[in-house]
Amino acid sequence: MNRISMTAALLAGTIALAGCKTSAPPDLPPDPTPTTRPTVPTTPVQTGASLGTQDHFLAAVNGQNTVYFDTDRYNIDSQDAAILQVQAQYLMQYPAITVTIEGHCDERGTRDYNLALGERRANAAKNYLVSLGVPAGRIQTVSYGKEAPVALGSNEAAWAQNRRAATIVIN
Amino acid sequence: MKPIFAALIFAFSLSAPVAAQDLGERPPADSAIESAFESGPVADAAEEDGLSFTVTDESEWQDLGIAIPAFATDRERPTPANANGTTALGLELARVITADLKNNGLFRPVGPDALPRPGFAQITAPAWGTWSGRSAEMLVHGYVRAGADGRLTVGCYLYDVQLQSELVREGWIVPPQDWRRAAHKCADLIYSRLSGESPFFDSRIAYIAETGPKDRRVKRLAIMDSDGANHRFITTGRAMALTPRYSPDYRKLLYLSYVDGNPRIYVYDIGSGQQVLITQSSNPTFAPRWSPDGKWILYSMAVAGNTDIYRVSAQGGPSVRLTNTPGIDIGGSYSPDGSKIVFESDRSGNQQIYVMNADGTDQRRLTFFGGRAATPEWSPRGDQIAFTHIAGNFRIAVMTPQGGNLRHLTDSWQDEAPTWAPNGRIIQFFRTEKNSGKTGLWQVDLTGRNERRLPTPVDASDPAWGPVLP
Repeated sequence: MNRISMTAALLAGTIALAGCKTSAPPDLPPDPTPTTRPTVPTTPVQTGASLGTQDHFLAAVNGQNTVYFDTDRYNIDSQDAAILQVQAQYLMQYPAITVTIEGHCDERGTRDYNLALGERRANAAKNYLVSLGVPAGRIQTVSYGKEAPVALGSNEAAWAQNRRAATIVIN
Repeated sequence: MKPIFAALIFAFSLSAPVAAQDLGERPPADSAIESAFESGPVADAAEEDGLSFTVTDESEWQDLGIAIPAFATDRERPTPANANGTTALGLELARVITADLKNNGLFRPVGPDALPRPGFAQITAPAWGTWSGRSAEMLVHGYVRAGADGRLTVGCYLYDVQLQSELVREGWIVPPQDWRRAAHKCADLIYSRLSGESPFFDSRIAYIAETGPKDRRVKRLAIMDSDGANHRFITTGRAMALTPRYSPDYRKLLYLSYVDGNPRIYVYDIGSGQQVLITQSSNPTFAPRWSPDGKWILYSMAVAGNTDIYRVSAQGGPSVRLTNTPGIDIGGSYSPDGSKIVFESDRSGNQQIYVMNADGTDQRRLTFFGGRAATPEWSPRGDQIAFTHIAGNFRIAVMTPQGGNLRHLTDSWQDEAPTWAPNGRIIQFFRTEKNSGKTGLWQVDLTGRNERRLPTPVDASDPAWGPVLP
């Protein structure tokens, strides 16, 4: 049972990773509802992935390398905080790891504004990690505005998935 | 790293080479167009009265019958402008003029393929009976002549058929590769004479060409003439390019590129093929804009997530921060006289349009229409500000510079990023399809009635219409 859920977490992590890099899958499974995300384990999971890789990070944070935002918002809510706390623990445990936080927006915004909003979201996530003790110099930010969606529909569920800040380990 | 909020001034990186660029073959440099002869006799006062049409009276003159037969040539000669020589080129010239006037919903011209072809001698002495019999009210005649040096002389004449008199004439000497510019100049001459408005056909558009699926779009900087001809890709597509702006003299392009992995504004010099960063900073920069005289550049920069608008001389030097409120201040468009800047800010909680003096003082909110208001662009005539009104759908709208008289020009799922024709009578924008994410360039006149898609080789977004070519 434990093993199955771990595999699922790894799989989810792989999909999330693919979505953040250049080769996203053509479509994603039905939208997870952000309000029912499972609680994350507080200890890093031992996996086959080696330290310094995104897979290692994803396994440790149970696949939850992404926080989500409401329309036009960039505040870190309690669910985001819980996710970022796990990420911060990992980053404190492995001081050689550096990350990039990618900020994204949904398609229902103008291009320039969304670039700035994605940057603000990435910085909100970064600032929260820094407040937990992660040195700012280990966290870069980049905004993709509305240019790199992971959910491809034009509906509220897809937009909710795209309003995000994803933490990516720099190799 | 500089202290975050102390970094008010950034060096302009004129000399800093960009390690990796994403540039393809650069476009040819522009050559100036010479006037071939002085304007012809000006129509007398009585005729002026008969032609006092304006754009707002467009129902009057839209149905004006304008015959545009093929341009004549003094003698058939080979020319690099047309594989079949100057006679064939004369036909093409008339086709380009007809398309210019027809496609913009301005007139209902009849083109050369449906008309008899005048001889060279008839260009200055029209066969009136032929044209009045076709109930043409206006007649365009022209000729093309290939000179010994290969350059083309193109003459353009507009006649009033009923009055049997010449209204205006002009001529241009162009290198053969610029033959379409002579046609656009002729279309501009006709349009200006009949509408009383400023010309706009002889101009170019920079935009972003898009291909690929929605989550892996390839976005390339591209340029084309105002009618879509002479299309060229500037970047290769290896790095995402966004939001281009032509300099007023068409010698440079500002645009955003992810070529170093981060969103940064570059200044691309078309003549040299070189590009440099707008500012030497590790912060992301967005939304580049020129001042109308080409002397200043506005850009927006995010520092620790907070975006403000900066101004830098086009010659380089230190940047000056114009806004300093918490939140996103972005974009910016100068009034034609350069004294004011209209811009976008979410300082009130969501995107609204504000205006300030060019030095950043006296910042005031303009939009109180409900919903959000974004991407303001000041008309080159100064009388209107176009913007994206977000209230449910994204619609192109105009208002006065005081924030009054809201008028929606389009109503589609997502229309954004208006850019003005050089004469301030037509607005181009891009439209995104729901779900598919496919994009295309559209334009609409100020009545909102004449809306059409501008054909592009692939999907297209972020249009930026330059001024009339120098």
